[in-house]
Amino acid sequence: MSAEIGQFALILAFALALVQSAVTMWGAHRRDDALMGLGRMAALLQLLFVLIAFAAIAWGYATLDFSVELVARHSHTTQPLAYRLAATWGSHEGSMVLWILILALHGGALAVFGRTLRATFLARVLGVQGLLGAAFLGFSLLTSNPFARLSPAPLEGTELNPLLQDPGLISHPPLLYLGYVGFSVAFAFAVAALIEGRVDAAWARWVRPWVLFAWTSLTLGIALGSHWAYYELGWGGWWFWDPVENASLMPWLMGTALLHSALVLEKRGALISWTLLLSILTFSLSLIGTFLVRSGILNSVHAFAVDSARGAYVLAFCVAATGGALALYAWRAPAMRTGAIFGPISKEAGITLNNLVLVVATATVFLGTFYPLLYPLIAGGATITVGPPFFNLIFLPLFAILLTLVGFGPLLHWKRDQVKAILIRLRWPLGLFVIALLAGTFAFGLARTLAAFGIALGVWLIAAGGLLLVRRWGIGSKTAAASWTLVRTTPVAVWAVALAHAGLGVTCIGITAMGGFEANKVLRMGPGDQVEFAGRTVILDSLGQVIGPNYQADQGVFRIIGGRGPRQLISERRFYPSSQTQTIEAAIGPSLVGNLYISVGDRDEAGKAVIRLWNHPFVGWIWGGSILMALGGLISLSDRRLRLGAPQRSRVKAGRKTAGAAA
Amino acid sequence: MRRLAFIVPVVVFLGIAAVMAIGLGRDPKILPSMLIGKPLPAFNLPDVRTGTGGRGLASSDFEGKPGLINVFASWCVSCRIEHPFLMRLKAEGVSIHGLNWKDKGDAGARWLTQFGDPYDRVGYDPTGRTGINLGVTGAPETFVIDKKGVVRYRHVGPVDPETWTTTLKPLLDKLEAEA
Repeated sequence: MSAEIGQFALILAFALALVQSAVTMWGAHRRDDALMGLGRMAALLQLLFVLIAFAAIAWGYATLDFSVELVARHSHTTQPLAYRLAATWGSHEGSMVLWILILALHGGALAVFGRTLRATFLARVLGVQGLLGAAFLGFSLLTSNPFARLSPAPLEGTELNPLLQDPGLISHPPLLYLGYVGFSVAFAFAVAALIEGRVDAAWARWVRPWVLFAWTSLTLGIALGSHWAYYELGWGGWWFWDPVENASLMPWLMGTALLHSALVLEKRGALISWTLLLSILTFSLSLIGTFLVRSGILNSVHAFAVDSARGAYVLAFCVAATGGALALYAWRAPAMRTGAIFGPISKEAGITLNNLVLVVATATVFLGTFYPLLYPLIAGGATITVGPPFFNLIFLPLFAILLTLVGFGPLLHWKRDQVKAILIRLRWPLGLFVIALLAGTFAFGLARTLAAFGIALGVWLIAAGGLLLVRRWGIGSKTAAASWTLVRTTPVAVWAVALAHAGLGVTCIGITAMGGFEANKVLRMGPGDQVEFAGRTVILDSLGQVIGPNYQADQGVFRIIGGRGPRQLISERRFYPSSQTQTIEAAIGPSLVGNLYISVGDRDEAGKAVIRLWNHPFVGWIWGGSILMALGGLISLSDRRLRLGAPQRSRVKAGRKTAGAAA
Repeated sequence: MRRLAFIVPVVVFLGIAAVMAIGLGRDPKILPSMLIGKPLPAFNLPDVRTGTGGRGLASSDFEGKPGLINVFASWCVSCRIEHPFLMRLKAEGVSIHGLNWKDKGDAGARWLTQFGDPYDRVGYDPTGRTGINLGVTGAPETFVIDKKGVVRYRHVGPVDPETWTTTLKPLLDKLEAEA
């Protein structure tokens, strides 16, 4: 019965989404408060029914209702309950409903907390959100029905891909979707602003918390996915330039640009049309990511449903949403006057440059990802290599530029600044950069200058982040008591920027160290064998069989002598009989300065197994830095001034900069 | 003139959308390579593992018996996902040939040592030239070759139990029965 309830709820939600968009749009046009209020009600009801549909799927998994095709395809009686529930979004159909649920949550949140927005503006935002909701609900209903029944129902299901049966992957999709879908709010805000023909600092202040929230979730989601790939795939890498990873990286890069340009718009009223464009493009890249993963047009890890009908639907939707928004942009944006002017050396100019680098980086990933599609069209002639070499070649120089800029940005003055003054202001981080570069080159040798440069860039970012706080606290220029007062009154925005930028530096050091100094060794070992590796002695104590809830495993127990990290490590090679798949649970000995990573491979007749050892220097810093970046986002979100209810205060002041062309 | 700058995004986007639409129409999963129905391009590749002379892969290896070529690379995540299933096929006695595509140095050899070698023969194609001649657009891909060395089918993406039982296995059985 639950499947039918879910199906019905989904259809109702679809109808409500259509009502929401039509009623609010019409209401805003007529300036009819009753109609606009009805639209808000529709958004909340839509949320309720999507919740029911989502719960219906989860219920099917919890009760192992194999008469539902989706449940039969992704669960098994021996699969632990947590992973059965996680299977709710472990499939294409289910994850689509999760996507819709998060979209509906955003719609609901707008309806509740958006009351301080201008009524017609909120109505138009909800109207755009309603259209997006209807499009996704239609997609689910028409091409990806999660409630299809199987008759006769099988006695046993096919389990969820064991690689996905992992705590990291339970939380990875929800976080990613919070990011992707969160950017829909910026998109809706941009479209509504274009319809109204006005954007001002208050607009930027409204939209920034939503962008911040989406960006923070996406940052965490990407870091989690990367960490999962690291420990679960058993081959010691953390980023593979896979189309699926690129699909999340593109909106992240663009979203980072948006976050910064919205700041310029909020503080200085400049970069209006640019911010609108970024708002549209960031969400479009989320949509294109969906297209990429679900159309089967490119290969992907997730090997999600391959169906060109789905691809055609998502593509049509992309064209309608993005094409429509961009056409509206081409029509309305030129009439919106640009706000304040700024000098060529200023914080505004710095952020603009950072935006350009981020956009070029996004375009590069886009090109690399779609190259297999483009190739037949430009067939013959020179070829670009897809895969890591292409991305590394382009990304290294681009990121070197970007990271250099990131250190300068927060310490530049608004409007106009002097090169000489900037250099004096930043003498400490610059000095540390030079010292790190020289020390690194000396320590690693000239051949590794690139690694030394990467690490020096990381040091530069951390120092520049630190300098922000030091300057704010008046250390060296004020008395201890005065400094302490300044420490206690440091605005959250300063903390946020210092943390996020230093986090980027930490990640940069992790990436560079991992890229430059990773070492590995493959060998055959039997119980009792030992090997010297990366300053440690690794002894294989035992090699035996263990039985898990739904798998059996070859287990290697290792003893480690010397070095940092745990003294004992256990690596498993698991075999899941019901899906006939095998996973490798690497043994990871983490420490601040690097991980020892061991995976157990094939066993031969003599009872020896293929053992692969890795030394991953500073690899944890990659994710540690990402967490700092996300923390920066969260802290910034806690800023009272950004609270959803606050914006009106700036209305009067901002009115001065309000763009022309009244709707 | 200023207005023109605002029109650029929508024009560029429509161009991209057109390319995607063409890509979708081509549907790489069903109507794949230009090579379908044509003989394999000539190639003779060494094995990525030096010192295992004679285990490389050549186009002449596909005579008298239908075969599979699986394109893989150590940098490809989907290949990692696909790999256990290939091992299972090997255990069932299915013969698969590997094409180690665009891998650096002995990365492919290390991959096979660590995760196991599901292949009868492995050709090493570090420049990707053979892959391009075959019309490979990404890894993993799997080609079905008939007794006369003619390419009959191309599968893009990982081979999973479903593709195997519904498509590849029946096709191989049919090719086996052909004169």
